[in-house]
Amino acid sequence: MTYPLRVRINGIEYSTTVEAERTLLDLLRRQLGITGPKEGCDDSECGACMVLIDGQQTNACCTLALQADSRDVTTIEGLADDAIGRSIATRMLDEGGVQCGFCTPGIVISATALLSTRPNPSTEEIRTALAGNLCRCTGYQKIVAAVARAAADLATVVQHDESARSGGGNP
Amino acid sequence: MNGRLYVAPATLDEALAAVREHSRDGIVAGGTDAMVNHRSGKRALPDAVVSIHRLRELRNVRVDADGGMHVGALVTHADLAGSSDVLARFTALADASIIVGSPATRAAGTIGGNLVNASPAMDTGSPLLVLGATAELQSYVGIRAVGMAGLWTGPGHSVLNTVELLTAVTIPALPPRSGSAYVRLEYRRAMEIAVVGVASAITLSDDGVVTAASVSLTAVGPTCLLAGDAGRVLVGRRPAGDAIVDACAAAVDAAQPITDNRASATYRRHMVGVMTARAVLAAAGRASGRTVAVPATQHWRDLASIMEVAW
Repeated sequence: MTYPLRVRINGIEYSTTVEAERTLLDLLRRQLGITGPKEGCDDSECGACMVLIDGQQTNACCTLALQADSRDVTTIEGLADDAIGRSIATRMLDEGGVQCGFCTPGIVISATALLSTRPNPSTEEIRTALAGNLCRCTGYQKIVAAVARAAADLATVVQHDESARSGGGNP
Repeated sequence: MNGRLYVAPATLDEALAAVREHSRDGIVAGGTDAMVNHRSGKRALPDAVVSIHRLRELRNVRVDADGGMHVGALVTHADLAGSSDVLARFTALADASIIVGSPATRAAGTIGGNLVNASPAMDTGSPLLVLGATAELQSYVGIRAVGMAGLWTGPGHSVLNTVELLTAVTIPALPPRSGSAYVRLEYRRAMEIAVVGVASAITLSDDGVVTAASVSLTAVGPTCLLAGDAGRVLVGRRPAGDAIVDACAAAVDAAQPITDNRASATYRRHMVGVMTARAVLAAAGRASGRTVAVPATQHWRDLASIMEVAW
Protein backbone atom coordinates (compact mmCIF):
# COMPACT_ATOMS: atom_id res chain seq x y z
CA MET A 1 0.00 0.00 0.00
CA THR A 2 1.50 3.32 -1.01
CA TYR A 3 0.48 6.88 -0.34
CA PRO A 4 0.92 10.07 -2.37
CA LEU A 5 3.56 12.46 -1.11
CA ARG A 6 4.24 16.00 -2.19
CA VAL A 7 7.25 17.65 -0.66
CA ARG A 8 9.49 20.59 -1.53
CA ILE A 9 13.14 19.63 -1.27
CA ASN A 10 15.76 22.32 -1.70
CA GLY A 11 13.18 24.47 -3.41
CA ILE A 12 12.05 21.85 -5.90
CA GLU A 13 8.58 20.33 -5.69
CA TYR A 14 8.55 16.51 -5.74
CA SER A 15 5.52 14.33 -6.20
CA THR A 16 5.83 10.62 -5.52
CA THR A 17 4.31 7.68 -3.65
CA VAL A 18 5.76 5.92 -0.62
CA GLU A 19 4.94 3.17 1.83
CA ALA A 20 3.75 4.15 5.30
CA GLU A 21 7.02 3.22 7.00
CA ARG A 22 9.40 4.75 4.45
CA THR A 23 11.75 7.12 6.24
CA LEU A 24 12.61 10.55 4.92
CA LEU A 25 16.27 9.53 4.71
CA ASP A 26 15.42 6.54 2.57
CA LEU A 27 13.24 8.69 0.34
CA LEU A 28 16.03 11.22 -0.12
CA ARG A 29 18.90 8.83 -0.74
CA ARG A 30 17.36 5.87 -2.49
CA GLN A 31 14.26 7.14 -4.13
CA LEU A 32 15.42 10.63 -5.13
CA GLY A 33 19.18 10.27 -5.29
CA ILE A 34 19.77 13.13 -2.84
CA THR A 35 22.73 11.58 -1.09
CA GLY A 36 24.06 14.52 0.92
CA PRO A 37 22.42 13.29 4.13
CA LYS A 38 24.17 10.11 5.25
CA GLU A 39 23.01 6.99 7.06
CA GLY A 40 25.24 6.65 10.11
CA CYS A 41 23.31 4.96 12.89
CA ASP A 42 19.73 4.76 11.62
CA ASP A 43 18.32 5.53 15.06
CA SER A 44 18.83 9.28 15.46
CA GLU A 45 21.96 9.26 17.60
CA CYS A 46 24.69 10.37 15.19
CA GLY A 47 23.14 13.22 13.22
CA ALA A 48 24.74 12.26 9.90
CA CYS A 49 21.25 12.34 8.37
CA MET A 50 20.38 15.78 9.73
CA VAL A 51 18.14 17.88 7.49
CA LEU A 52 15.93 20.90 8.04
CA ILE A 53 12.16 20.58 7.83
CA ASP A 54 10.58 24.03 7.72
CA GLY A 55 13.88 25.29 9.09
CA GLN A 56 13.93 22.90 12.03
CA GLN A 57 16.73 20.34 12.60
CA THR A 58 15.44 16.80 12.13
CA ASN A 59 17.04 13.36 11.98
CA ALA A 60 15.74 12.12 8.64
CA CYS A 61 16.38 8.48 9.54
CA CYS A 62 13.65 8.58 12.16
CA THR A 63 11.15 10.76 10.35
CA LEU A 64 8.41 9.22 8.27
CA ALA A 65 8.62 10.51 4.71
CA LEU A 66 4.87 11.06 4.82
CA GLN A 67 5.29 13.41 7.78
CA ALA A 68 7.17 15.74 5.41
CA ASP A 69 4.12 16.04 3.16
CA SER A 70 3.46 19.66 2.13
CA ARG A 71 6.57 20.84 3.95
CA ASP A 72 9.94 22.30 3.02
CA VAL A 73 12.97 20.07 3.38
CA THR A 74 16.49 21.39 3.15
CA THR A 75 19.48 19.10 2.76
CA ILE A 76 23.16 20.04 2.52
CA GLU A 77 22.76 20.35 -1.23
CA GLY A 78 20.21 23.09 -0.64
CA LEU A 79 22.64 25.17 1.40
CA ALA A 80 24.94 25.81 -1.55
CA ASP A 81 23.10 29.07 -2.24
CA ASP A 82 22.58 29.97 1.40
CA ALA A 83 24.91 32.63 2.78
CA ILE A 84 25.05 31.07 6.23
CA GLY A 85 25.52 27.51 4.95
CA ARG A 86 28.20 28.58 2.50
CA SER A 87 30.09 30.48 5.15
CA ILE A 88 30.05 27.52 7.52
CA ALA A 89 31.11 25.09 4.81
CA THR A 90 33.94 27.37 3.71
CA ARG A 91 35.28 27.82 7.21
CA MET A 92 34.93 24.10 7.94
CA LEU A 93 37.43 23.53 5.14
CA ASP A 94 39.68 26.45 6.14
CA GLU A 95 39.81 25.48 9.80
CA GLY A 96 40.34 21.74 9.28
CA GLY A 97 36.89 20.76 10.51
CA VAL A 98 36.55 18.16 7.74
CA GLN A 99 38.52 14.90 7.62
CA CYS A 100 36.56 11.98 6.20
CA GLY A 101 33.58 14.24 5.63
CA PHE A 102 30.90 11.77 6.60
CA CYS A 103 29.50 13.82 9.47
CA THR A 104 29.97 17.09 7.61
CA PRO A 105 26.62 17.48 5.88
CA GLY A 106 24.78 16.96 9.17
CA ILE A 107 27.16 19.31 10.98
CA VAL A 108 26.67 22.08 8.44
CA ILE A 109 22.89 21.67 8.65
CA SER A 110 22.89 21.88 12.45
CA ALA A 111 25.29 24.82 12.47
CA THR A 112 23.19 26.62 9.87
CA ALA A 113 20.11 26.15 12.03
CA LEU A 114 22.05 27.65 14.95
CA LEU A 115 23.39 30.71 13.15
CA SER A 116 20.02 31.36 11.55
CA THR A 117 18.49 31.98 14.97
CA ARG A 118 21.53 32.82 17.06
CA PRO A 119 23.98 34.83 14.96
CA ASN A 120 26.45 35.41 17.77
CA PRO A 121 26.65 32.16 19.71
CA SER A 122 29.04 31.42 22.53
CA THR A 123 31.33 28.41 22.27
CA GLU A 124 29.04 26.63 24.72
CA GLU A 125 26.02 27.34 22.52
CA ILE A 126 27.82 26.03 19.45
CA ARG A 127 28.69 22.82 21.25
CA THR A 128 25.12 22.40 22.49
CA ALA A 129 23.73 22.99 19.00
CA LEU A 130 26.04 20.31 17.62
CA ALA A 131 25.39 17.86 20.49
CA GLY A 132 23.38 15.63 18.19
CA ASN A 133 26.12 15.38 15.57
CA LEU A 134 28.89 12.86 16.18
CA CYS A 135 32.31 13.11 14.54
CA ARG A 136 34.84 10.32 14.85
CA CYS A 137 37.70 12.11 13.14
CA THR A 138 38.25 15.67 14.25
CA GLY A 139 37.69 15.79 18.00
CA TYR A 140 35.27 18.69 17.41
CA GLN A 141 37.67 21.54 18.27
CA LYS A 142 38.12 22.63 14.66
CA ILE A 143 34.45 22.23 13.90
CA VAL A 144 33.56 24.57 16.77
CA ALA A 145 36.25 27.02 15.66
CA ALA A 146 34.89 26.92 12.12
CA VAL A 147 31.35 27.71 13.22
CA ALA A 148 32.60 30.55 15.43
CA ARG A 149 34.62 31.96 12.56
CA ALA A 150 31.65 31.71 10.20
CA ALA A 151 29.53 33.56 12.74
CA ALA A 152 32.12 36.32 12.88
CA ASP A 153 32.29 36.47 9.06
CA LEU A 154 28.52 36.83 8.83
CA ALA A 155 28.48 39.55 11.49
CA THR A 156 31.02 41.51 9.44
CA VAL A 157 28.79 41.21 6.40
CA VAL A 158 25.85 42.57 8.38
CA GLN A 159 27.96 45.49 9.63
CA HIS A 160 29.08 46.37 6.12
CA ASP A 161 25.52 46.21 4.86
CA GLU A 162 24.35 48.49 7.63
CA SER A 163 27.09 51.04 7.16
CA ALA A 164 26.51 51.02 3.40
CA ARG A 165 22.83 51.67 3.99
CA SER A 166 23.50 54.53 6.37
CA GLY A 167 25.67 56.33 3.83
CA GLY A 168 29.03 54.63 4.19
CA GLY A 169 30.11 55.53 7.71
CA ASN A 170 33.31 54.31 9.30
CA PRO A 171 33.58 50.47 9.20
CA MET B 1 6.38 -4.99 6.39
CA ASN B 2 3.76 -5.16 3.64
CA GLY B 3 0.64 -3.11 3.44
CA ARG B 4 0.96 -0.85 6.46
CA LEU B 5 -1.78 1.71 6.68
CA TYR B 6 -1.03 5.40 7.22
CA VAL B 7 -3.45 8.08 8.23
CA ALA B 8 -2.64 11.67 9.15
CA PRO B 9 -5.76 13.21 10.70
CA ALA B 10 -6.18 16.94 10.28
CA THR B 11 -8.41 17.55 13.30
CA LEU B 12 -8.70 16.16 16.80
CA ASP B 13 -12.07 14.58 15.96
CA GLU B 14 -10.52 12.81 12.98
CA ALA B 15 -7.68 11.64 15.21
CA LEU B 16 -10.06 10.26 17.84
CA ALA B 17 -11.94 8.42 15.11
CA ALA B 18 -8.71 7.05 13.68
CA VAL B 19 -7.62 5.86 17.13
CA ARG B 20 -11.02 4.26 17.60
CA GLU B 21 -10.54 2.34 14.37
CA HIS B 22 -6.84 1.50 14.59
CA SER B 23 -6.07 1.73 18.34
CA ARG B 24 -3.53 4.10 19.83
CA ASP B 25 -0.60 1.69 19.32
CA GLY B 26 0.22 3.26 16.00
CA ILE B 27 0.23 6.88 17.08
CA VAL B 28 3.35 8.74 15.95
CA ALA B 29 3.85 12.33 17.02
CA GLY B 30 7.49 13.50 16.84
CA GLY B 31 8.69 9.94 16.39
CA THR B 32 11.63 10.27 18.76
CA ASP B 33 10.58 7.06 20.51
CA ALA B 34 8.30 5.31 18.00
CA MET B 35 10.55 5.74 14.98
CA VAL B 36 13.76 5.11 16.90
CA ASN B 37 12.27 1.88 18.27
CA HIS B 38 11.20 0.89 14.78
CA ARG B 39 14.57 1.57 13.16
CA SER B 40 16.57 0.01 15.98
CA GLY B 41 14.46 -3.13 15.96
CA LYS B 42 13.21 -2.70 19.51
CA ARG B 43 9.56 -2.36 18.52
CA ALA B 44 8.29 -2.26 14.96
CA LEU B 45 5.54 0.12 13.96
CA PRO B 46 2.18 -1.65 14.01
CA ASP B 47 0.02 -2.36 10.96
CA ALA B 48 -1.67 1.01 11.10
CA VAL B 49 0.22 4.25 11.67
CA VAL B 50 -1.75 7.25 12.92
CA SER B 51 0.42 10.32 12.54
CA ILE B 52 -0.87 13.18 14.67
CA HIS B 53 1.70 15.80 13.65
CA ARG B 54 -0.94 17.91 11.87
CA LEU B 55 -2.99 18.62 14.99
CA ARG B 56 -1.88 22.22 15.50
CA GLU B 57 -4.54 22.72 18.15
CA LEU B 58 -2.56 20.37 20.41
CA ARG B 59 0.59 22.46 20.25
CA ASN B 60 -0.48 25.38 22.43
CA VAL B 61 0.72 26.53 25.82
CA ARG B 62 -1.87 28.58 27.67
CA VAL B 63 -1.49 30.32 31.02
CA ASP B 64 -4.79 30.56 32.85
CA ALA B 65 -6.02 33.51 34.91
CA ASP B 66 -5.08 31.71 38.12
CA GLY B 67 -1.51 31.17 36.89
CA GLY B 68 -1.94 27.50 36.07
CA MET B 69 -0.79 26.20 32.73
CA HIS B 70 -2.45 24.13 30.03
CA VAL B 71 0.11 22.41 27.81
CA GLY B 72 -1.05 20.70 24.62
CA ALA B 73 0.24 17.20 24.03
CA LEU B 74 2.15 18.17 20.89
CA VAL B 75 4.14 20.88 22.62
CA THR B 76 7.76 19.94 22.08
CA HIS B 77 10.63 19.90 24.56
CA ALA B 78 12.11 22.82 22.63
CA ASP B 79 8.84 24.75 23.07
CA LEU B 80 8.90 24.08 26.82
CA ALA B 81 12.57 24.94 27.19
CA GLY B 82 12.03 28.20 25.34
CA SER B 83 8.85 29.25 27.13
CA SER B 84 9.34 32.16 29.51
CA ASP B 85 6.19 31.09 31.36
CA VAL B 86 7.51 27.57 31.97
CA LEU B 87 10.88 29.01 32.97
CA ALA B 88 9.36 31.41 35.49
CA ARG B 89 6.56 29.30 36.96
CA PHE B 90 7.52 25.63 36.52
CA THR B 91 11.27 25.75 36.33
CA ALA B 92 11.74 22.00 36.98
CA LEU B 93 9.99 21.32 33.69
CA ALA B 94 12.38 23.67 31.88
CA ASP B 95 15.33 21.97 33.63
CA ALA B 96 14.10 18.68 32.19
CA SER B 97 13.05 19.67 28.69
CA ILE B 98 16.27 21.48 27.91
CA ILE B 99 18.39 18.36 28.53
CA VAL B 100 16.31 15.76 26.71
CA GLY B 101 18.35 14.19 23.94
CA SER B 102 19.82 16.60 21.43
CA PRO B 103 18.53 19.73 19.67
CA ALA B 104 16.85 17.61 17.00
CA THR B 105 15.23 15.36 19.64
CA ARG B 106 13.92 18.41 21.47
CA ALA B 107 12.60 19.97 18.29
CA ALA B 108 10.53 16.90 17.40
CA GLY B 109 9.83 15.17 20.72
CA THR B 110 6.54 16.05 22.39
CA ILE B 111 5.44 16.09 26.00
CA GLY B 112 2.50 13.83 25.14
CA GLY B 113 4.77 11.28 23.53
CA ASN B 114 7.17 11.48 26.45
CA LEU B 115 4.36 10.76 28.92
CA VAL B 116 2.68 7.95 27.02
CA ASN B 117 6.01 6.28 26.23
CA ALA B 118 6.21 5.91 30.01
CA SER B 119 9.92 5.32 30.35
CA PRO B 120 11.01 5.06 34.00
CA ALA B 121 13.88 7.35 33.01
CA MET B 122 11.82 10.01 31.26
CA ASP B 123 13.02 13.48 32.22
CA THR B 124 9.70 15.32 32.38
CA GLY B 125 8.03 12.74 34.65
CA SER B 126 9.39 13.74 38.03
CA PRO B 127 8.98 17.48 37.40
CA LEU B 128 5.34 16.93 36.50
CA LEU B 129 4.87 14.77 39.59
CA VAL B 130 6.26 17.36 42.01
CA LEU B 131 4.26 20.07 40.26
CA GLY B 132 1.04 18.11 40.80
CA ALA B 133 0.19 17.96 37.10
CA THR B 134 -2.79 16.21 35.55
CA ALA B 135 -3.06 14.46 32.20
CA GLU B 136 -6.08 14.99 29.96
CA LEU B 137 -7.10 11.88 28.06
CA GLN B 138 -9.63 11.96 25.23
CA SER B 139 -11.38 9.32 23.19
CA TYR B 140 -14.41 9.22 20.95
CA VAL B 141 -16.38 8.47 24.15
CA GLY B 142 -15.35 11.54 26.10
CA ILE B 143 -12.64 13.14 28.16
CA ARG B 144 -11.11 12.30 31.53
CA ALA B 145 -8.37 13.64 33.75
CA VAL B 146 -5.78 11.46 35.43
CA GLY B 147 -3.42 12.78 38.08
CA MET B 148 0.20 12.32 37.07
CA ALA B 149 0.81 10.00 40.03
CA GLY B 150 -1.77 7.60 38.63
CA LEU B 151 -0.76 7.78 34.96
CA TRP B 152 1.93 5.10 34.75
CA THR B 153 1.62 1.45 35.72
CA GLY B 154 5.05 0.16 34.78
CA PRO B 155 7.90 0.58 32.28
CA GLY B 156 6.29 1.50 29.00
CA HIS B 157 2.77 1.20 30.38
CA SER B 158 0.16 3.78 31.27
CA VAL B 159 -3.53 3.75 32.15
CA LEU B 160 -4.56 4.93 28.67
CA ASN B 161 -7.01 2.49 27.14
CA THR B 162 -6.66 1.39 23.54
CA VAL B 163 -8.74 4.23 22.11
CA GLU B 164 -7.45 7.13 24.17
CA LEU B 165 -5.21 9.98 23.14
CA LEU B 166 -3.35 12.12 25.65
CA THR B 167 -4.30 15.62 24.58
CA ALA B 168 -2.96 17.94 27.28
CA VAL B 169 -1.19 18.34 30.59
CA THR B 170 -2.48 20.84 33.12
CA ILE B 171 -0.24 22.19 35.84
CA PRO B 172 -1.71 24.14 38.77
CA ALA B 173 -0.08 27.37 39.85
CA LEU B 174 2.37 27.14 42.74
CA PRO B 175 1.90 29.41 45.76
CA PRO B 176 4.10 32.49 46.09
CA ARG B 177 7.67 31.80 47.32
CA SER B 178 7.79 28.47 45.55
CA GLY B 179 10.54 27.01 43.44
CA SER B 180 11.12 23.77 41.61
CA ALA B 181 14.10 22.00 40.12
CA TYR B 182 15.12 18.81 38.31
CA VAL B 183 18.62 17.36 38.31
CA ARG B 184 19.88 14.37 36.42
CA LEU B 185 22.93 12.17 37.02
CA GLU B 186 24.44 11.61 33.62
CA TYR B 187 27.62 10.22 32.14
CA ARG B 188 27.66 12.77 29.33
CA ARG B 189 26.00 16.12 28.83
CA ALA B 190 23.93 15.42 25.73
CA MET B 191 22.09 12.56 24.04
CA GLU B 192 21.84 11.03 27.49
CA ILE B 193 19.34 9.14 29.60
CA ALA B 194 19.08 9.65 33.35
CA VAL B 195 21.07 7.26 35.51
CA VAL B 196 19.23 8.82 38.44
CA GLY B 197 16.97 11.88 38.34
CA VAL B 198 15.37 13.86 41.14
CA ALA B 199 12.83 16.66 41.02
CA SER B 200 11.69 18.80 43.90
CA ALA B 201 9.18 21.57 44.50
CA ILE B 202 9.45 23.70 47.66
CA THR B 203 7.35 26.48 49.13
CA LEU B 204 8.83 28.70 51.83
CA SER B 205 7.30 30.97 54.43
CA ASP B 206 8.48 34.58 54.59
CA ASP B 207 11.13 33.63 57.14
CA GLY B 208 12.51 30.71 55.12
CA VAL B 209 10.72 27.74 56.67
CA VAL B 210 9.42 25.02 54.34
CA THR B 211 5.62 25.04 54.23
CA ALA B 212 5.24 22.55 51.37
CA ALA B 213 7.69 20.18 49.71
CA SER B 214 7.67 17.30 47.27
CA VAL B 215 10.39 15.06 45.89
CA SER B 216 10.17 12.67 42.96
CA LEU B 217 12.65 10.09 41.70
CA THR B 218 13.51 9.10 38.13
CA ALA B 219 15.15 5.93 36.79
CA VAL B 220 15.06 4.13 40.14
CA GLY B 221 11.77 2.31 39.86
CA PRO B 222 9.29 0.89 37.37
CA THR B 223 7.94 4.42 36.89
CA CYS B 224 8.88 7.88 38.06
CA LEU B 225 8.09 7.82 41.79
CA LEU B 226 6.89 10.43 44.24
CA ALA B 227 8.91 10.03 47.45
CA GLY B 228 6.21 11.23 49.84
CA ASP B 229 8.23 10.97 53.04
CA ALA B 230 11.13 12.93 51.58
CA GLY B 231 8.81 15.87 51.08
CA ARG B 232 7.01 15.47 54.41
CA VAL B 233 10.23 15.40 56.41
CA LEU B 234 11.14 18.89 55.16
CA VAL B 235 7.93 20.64 56.18
CA GLY B 236 8.29 22.99 59.14
CA ARG B 237 12.09 23.11 58.88
CA ARG B 238 14.65 25.23 57.10
CA PRO B 239 15.93 23.62 53.89
CA ALA B 240 19.45 23.10 55.17
CA GLY B 241 21.64 20.81 57.25
CA ASP B 242 19.82 17.94 59.00
CA ALA B 243 16.56 18.55 57.16
CA ILE B 244 18.32 17.91 53.86
CA VAL B 245 20.02 14.83 55.27
CA ASP B 246 16.67 13.46 56.43
CA ALA B 247 15.05 14.16 53.06
CA CYS B 248 17.87 12.37 51.28
CA ALA B 249 17.56 9.35 53.57
CA ALA B 250 13.81 9.18 52.96
CA ALA B 251 14.36 9.42 49.21
CA VAL B 252 16.86 6.57 49.33
CA ASP B 253 14.30 4.49 51.23
CA ALA B 254 11.70 5.17 48.57
CA ALA B 255 13.93 4.22 45.67
CA GLN B 256 13.55 0.83 43.97
CA PRO B 257 16.58 0.76 41.68
CA ILE B 258 17.62 -2.14 39.52
CA THR B 259 21.02 -3.06 38.15
CA ASP B 260 21.23 -2.65 34.40
CA ASN B 261 23.85 -1.84 31.82
CA ARG B 262 23.92 1.80 32.92
CA ALA B 263 24.46 1.41 36.67
CA SER B 264 24.23 -0.97 39.58
CA ALA B 265 21.35 -0.77 42.04
CA THR B 266 23.86 0.01 44.81
CA TYR B 267 25.31 2.97 42.95
CA ARG B 268 21.88 4.27 42.01
CA ARG B 269 20.66 3.99 45.58
CA HIS B 270 23.63 5.96 46.84
CA MET B 271 23.26 8.60 44.16
CA VAL B 272 19.56 9.11 44.96
CA GLY B 273 20.80 10.59 48.22
CA VAL B 274 23.31 12.86 46.50
CA MET B 275 20.93 14.04 43.78
CA THR B 276 18.06 14.66 46.22
CA ALA B 277 20.21 17.16 48.07
CA ARG B 278 20.94 19.01 44.81
CA ALA B 279 17.30 19.05 43.71
CA VAL B 280 16.00 20.22 47.08
CA LEU B 281 18.70 22.90 47.41
CA ALA B 282 18.05 24.20 43.92
CA ALA B 283 14.28 24.25 44.43
CA ALA B 284 14.58 25.95 47.82
CA GLY B 285 17.08 28.43 46.45
CA ARG B 286 14.72 29.37 43.66
CA ALA B 287 11.83 29.59 46.17
CA SER B 288 13.82 32.10 48.19
CA GLY B 289 14.44 34.19 45.09
CA ARG B 290 17.99 33.09 44.33
CA THR B 291 18.94 32.33 40.78
CA VAL B 292 19.86 28.81 39.79
CA ALA B 293 20.20 28.90 36.04
CA VAL B 294 18.52 26.29 33.86
CA PRO B 295 19.39 23.46 33.67
CA ALA B 296 19.79 22.87 37.37
CA THR B 297 21.80 19.77 36.49
CA GLN B 298 24.65 22.06 35.43
CA HIS B 299 24.03 25.03 37.72
CA TRP B 300 23.08 23.63 41.15
CA ARG B 301 26.63 24.43 42.25
CA ASP B 302 25.69 28.12 42.16
CA LEU B 303 24.08 27.48 45.53
CA ALA B 304 26.53 25.18 47.23
CA SER B 305 28.42 28.00 48.85
CA ILE B 306 25.30 29.74 50.09
CA MET B 307 23.39 26.90 51.70
CA GLU B 308 24.76 24.70 54.44
CA VAL B 309 24.59 21.10 53.49
CA ALA B 310 25.80 17.94 55.16
CA TRP B 311 25.76 14.80 53.10
